[in-house]
Amino acid sequence: MTPSALPDGEPVPDDGALPAWVADAPSVAPGFAVYVHVPFCRVRCGYCDFNTYTSAELGGGASQVAYAQTAASEIELARRVLADVGRGEPVSTVFFGGGTPTLLPPADLATILAAVEDAWGLAPGAEVTTEANPDSVTPASLAALAAAGFTRVSFGVQSVVPHVLATLDRTHDPDRVPDVVGWARDAGLAVSLDLIYGTPGESLDDWRRSLDAVAGLAVDHVSAYALVVEEGTRMGAQVRRGLLPAPDPDDEAAKYELADEVLSAAGLTWYEVSNWARTDADACRHNLGYWRGVDWWGVGPGAHSHVGGGDRAVRWWNVKHPRAYADRLAAGRSPAAAREVLGGDEVRLERVLLAVRLREGLDVQLLGDAPRHAVAGLVADGLLDGVAAIRGRAVLTRRGRLLADTVVRALTD
Amino acid sequence: MTPIPDAALSAQVQPAATPPHLLRNFCIIAHIDHGKSTLADRMLQLTGVVDARAMREQYLDRMDIERERGITIKSQAVRMTWAVAGEAGGPLVPYALNMIDTPGHVDFTYEVSRSLAACEGAVLLVDAAQGIEAQTLANLYLAMENDLAIIPVLNKIDLPAAQPERYAEEIAGLVGGDPSDVLRVSGKTGEGVSALLDRIVHEVPAPQGDPDAAARAMIFDSVYDTYRGVVTYVRVVDGRLTHRERIAMMSTKATHELLEIGVISPEPVPTKGLGVGEVGYLITGVKDVRQSKVGDTVTDAVRPAEHSLSGYADPKPMVYSGLYPIDGSDYPVLRDALDKLKLNDAALVYEPETSVALGFGFRVGFLGLLHLEIVRERLEREFDLDLISTAPNVVYEVTLEDRSVLTVTNPSEFPGGRIAQVREPIVRATILAPSEFIGAIMELCQARRGELLGMDYLSPERVEMRYTLPLAEIVFDFFDALKSRTRGYASLDYEAAGEQPGDLVKVDILLQGEQVDAFSAIVHKDKAYAYGVAMAGKLKELIPRQQFEVPIQAAVGARVIARENVRALRKDVLAKCYGGDITRKRKLLEKQKEGKKRMKTIGRVEVPQEAFIAALSSEASPDKEKSKK
Repeated sequence: MTPSALPDGEPVPDDGALPAWVADAPSVAPGFAVYVHVPFCRVRCGYCDFNTYTSAELGGGASQVAYAQTAASEIELARRVLADVGRGEPVSTVFFGGGTPTLLPPADLATILAAVEDAWGLAPGAEVTTEANPDSVTPASLAALAAAGFTRVSFGVQSVVPHVLATLDRTHDPDRVPDVVGWARDAGLAVSLDLIYGTPGESLDDWRRSLDAVAGLAVDHVSAYALVVEEGTRMGAQVRRGLLPAPDPDDEAAKYELADEVLSAAGLTWYEVSNWARTDADACRHNLGYWRGVDWWGVGPGAHSHVGGGDRAVRWWNVKHPRAYADRLAAGRSPAAAREVLGGDEVRLERVLLAVRLREGLDVQLLGDAPRHAVAGLVADGLLDGVAAIRGRAVLTRRGRLLADTVVRALTD
Repeated sequence: MTPIPDAALSAQVQPAATPPHLLRNFCIIAHIDHGKSTLADRMLQLTGVVDARAMREQYLDRMDIERERGITIKSQAVRMTWAVAGEAGGPLVPYALNMIDTPGHVDFTYEVSRSLAACEGAVLLVDAAQGIEAQTLANLYLAMENDLAIIPVLNKIDLPAAQPERYAEEIAGLVGGDPSDVLRVSGKTGEGVSALLDRIVHEVPAPQGDPDAAARAMIFDSVYDTYRGVVTYVRVVDGRLTHRERIAMMSTKATHELLEIGVISPEPVPTKGLGVGEVGYLITGVKDVRQSKVGDTVTDAVRPAEHSLSGYADPKPMVYSGLYPIDGSDYPVLRDALDKLKLNDAALVYEPETSVALGFGFRVGFLGLLHLEIVRERLEREFDLDLISTAPNVVYEVTLEDRSVLTVTNPSEFPGGRIAQVREPIVRATILAPSEFIGAIMELCQARRGELLGMDYLSPERVEMRYTLPLAEIVFDFFDALKSRTRGYASLDYEAAGEQPGDLVKVDILLQGEQVDAFSAIVHKDKAYAYGVAMAGKLKELIPRQQFEVPIQAAVGARVIARENVRALRKDVLAKCYGGDITRKRKLLEKQKEGKKRMKTIGRVEVPQEAFIAALSSEASPDKEKSKK
C-alpha cells in the first residue's frame, strides 16, 4: 500500500545499504514479508491517492510490459542488501497490491513471484496474495495465478450499489462478483473481499445491501474501510468545493457497527480494526506481519519497507514515479527515495499503535507505568475489554475500535 | 526680519535666566487624529529647534507604538524660542515658548489634567473636516476650568473636505468670540502656523509666580529611561531649582539630589537650573516612576515650601484583566516584563493569580481599555511574549449580609451568596453626534443601563448628550456599538462618577460540571441569560468532541440558565494502516501528543488553548478602541 505523499526522511546510499546496526536489531516478530506494488490501473478512481497510473500516462522502461523485469531487478538488489546485514530468511508471505496487479498478465506476476523465490525461497505454506478488480480476472487468469503459486486473491468489491460505485469511479459490474468469487474458489484460491463505506451519497441501507451481498457469498475474509478523502485527489477537490459532502464520522461509526453486526452474524470475526475472518487461519498473515512488526521489503515505485526491531528500526520508501523508479534500477542504483531511523521511543510508539489494532491486543507489560495505569480508565470508559485487561492484554471493545486513536494516545502518554 | 531670535536676542531667553514675562507655557488640545503631532512638528521646524533634515514624523512621539498608531501616550515638553515685533513696530522681542504635549485619550485624563495645570494657555485644535469631538470637548472644559487662555484653531484646511466656516461657528459657540477669531492652519503645508506662534505670544498670559518664595514645581510627567533612570518633567511655579541642590517630594517627603536639570529643545540640554515659570526636566537617579509621581510637588529640601500644589491624586485602576502566558514556562518572563513596565507606568498595578484553566498569570489593573491594550502590546512586542487576556472587568464593591465589604477585581472571587449589596463604578459620559442619531444613541444607552442627564445642541446639526452609565457597560463593546449605530460619526468621552448599587450576578461556565474560572463574568441580572447562551454556544463550537459527551452549562449560583452539548466523538480510528500508512500515522500521533501539551484539562475535558483564546478575545474587543475618532 503506498499513499501518494511520501514522508520526509534522510537520504539512502546509492547501493541501498542498510545501517550496519541492523544486523543487531532483530525484528520483534517472526517471518519475512515481501510486498510488490503494481502501479497500474485501467482508470484512475477519483478517491484513490495510491501511487498508480493508467497505461496512457507511462511509457519506456516504466511501461507495464517491462515492469516485471524492473521489479525483479529490485528484488535482486534487495537480496544483496539484506544479505549484507545477515537477513534473508525464506519468505513467509507475499502480497501484490496496487494499482491493479491483475492488469499485468499472470505470466508477469509469476515472473516477479519467481524472482522472490529465487532470491530467498518461499517458506513452507507461504501465503501469496494478489489484489484484483472483479473485471480484471477470468477463470483462466485465476487458474494461471494459482498454478504460479498464488494462494489467495483479494477482490476490490467496494460496494454493490451502482450509484455508490459510480461516485467511486469503479467500472466493474457488481453482478459479476459472485462469478469471480466462484472462479477463484474453483482455482483453489482463498478469497477476500474489500468494501468501502462512507462514500458520499451512500445511505445506511445502501451499505447494508453491500454487506448482505458479501455475507451471502460465504467468503472467509472481508476487509471494510472507511473512505478517506485525501488531499490531491479528484474527490478531495470536489469535497473542498462543496460538490460532494465530506465524510461524517458519526455516519462512519454507524456503518462500522453495522458491518461488525452483519459480518459477525455471517460467521466472521474481527481480528483487526478493519478486517474480519472466518477462522484464525483465514486471517491475512501478510497484513498481520505489518501490525506485529516483522521485516518486510516493499518492491515497486513508492513502496515502503521496514527492517529492525527492539530499540532501533529503519523504514524507507522508494521514489514514487515508475519512470524514476525504472531509471534508478537501470542505472544500478537503489530506488529508495529516503529513509527514517526509528529510535526506542518511536519503535515503542509504533508497537502500541499497531498492536492495539489487533484482536490479540497488546501486552500491557510493554507499556510504561503511567499508560499502564490508564488501562483501568479505558476499561471503565468501555474502550478496552475488561476480561482481557485482567489477563494482561489491552484489547479494544467495539466502541474502542472506533476510538482507537483516543486509546493509543492514552496508552502512550 | 526672521522670527527665529539671533544670538543677541537668544541671550535674553536662556534657560534658568528668562524673566517670566518672556515665557509662554501652552499645550495643544486635540482629538487623536486631528493633527496635533504634525502641527507640533511644524512648530519645531519654524522655530528652528529642529531642522528639516533631522525632522522625522511626529518628532515628539518617542515610543514606537505611538508613532505607529499616530497617538501620543506620554506627554513631553519642548522649549522653543520665537521673536515678535514689539509694540508699535518696535524692535523684535524674544520669547521662550514651552509646548507641553498632552495625551489625547480618555484613559489618561489625569495626566491631561496635570499637563493643563502646567500651562497658561491652550491651543484648541480641531480638524476642519470633522469638527470637535467629545474627548476634545471634555479637555476643553477642563482647560477652561483651569482658566487657560484658549486659542481656537482649525487644522487641515488644505483638505478638500474641510468646512472651516461651519466648524469655526461651532467652536466660536463653545469658547465665545467671533468665528473670524478662529485661526485656520495646515500642519501639513505649514500655512498659518507662524501666525499661530504669534498669537500664542500675544494671548497666552505670562506665568505668575513668586520668584523669591520657597521652590514649588509640579510634576506633570515622569518617564523611565534605561540609561538615566527616571526623567521627571516639571513646571516651576514658585522660586527656582538649581543643579546639585537637594530636593524633596512633598507627598512622600523623600529627598534626592538634583543630578541634572535642564530643558528639552528638542533633546535634553542640561542647565544651571530652572527659574520661576519655566518648564524642564530633572534627574535624581531614582529608578521607579513611583518615586517621582505625576501631580506631586517638588520643593527645596533645605528650605521646603509649606503647602504643596493642589491636585495630586494617585492613579486608580478602573479595569482589570488576567494576563497569562500561552506557554506556561514564560511566567517568569512575564513577571520581569511587568516589573520593567511598572518603572515607567505609575498607573500599572498587578498581582500574581492562578487560574485552573489558564495556569499562572497576573491580575492587572489598568486605567482603561487603551491602557490595557498598550500594556499588552508592549509586553508582546518588547518582551516577545504570547499572552491570553481574560475579558476585562471593572472593580466591584460587595457588601455581604454580615456587613463585611469585599473589593472584587476578579469575577471568580465574586461571592456565591449572602450578598447584601453590590456597588459598581459609574461614569459620566458625553457623546457628540449628528442630531439625526439621537434616537439610536438613546436606544443604545438605555440598553446599557444608561440615564440621560441632559442634551444640548452645539449647532442645528450636532448634539451633545450626557449620560450616566455603568463603567462595566462601556468597557466591552460600547464604543463599537455606538460607532456602528451612528455610521461612525459619534464620539465619546467619559469620566469616573463614583459608584452605585447594581443588580449584578456572577455567571459561571461549567464544562461537565466543572467551573471554568476564566469564563466567569459579573453581569447585570437581565443580561445573565444572554451572556450564558452566547458563551455556551461559542464554546460548543470551540471545544473538540471528546470520547464522552461534554455538557456546557452557564449557571448563576446553582441555577443553570443555559446549556449546550458537545456530542461524544464516536470514531477517530484510521481505517487503513499498512506499509506507508504507519509512518504517517506515527507522525500524526506525535503531532497530536505535542498538541496535547497545549491542552488544558478541565475535569476530564481537554480544551485546546486556542479555544480559550477565541472565546475570550471575541468577548471583549479592546482592539476596536484604537479606531476611535
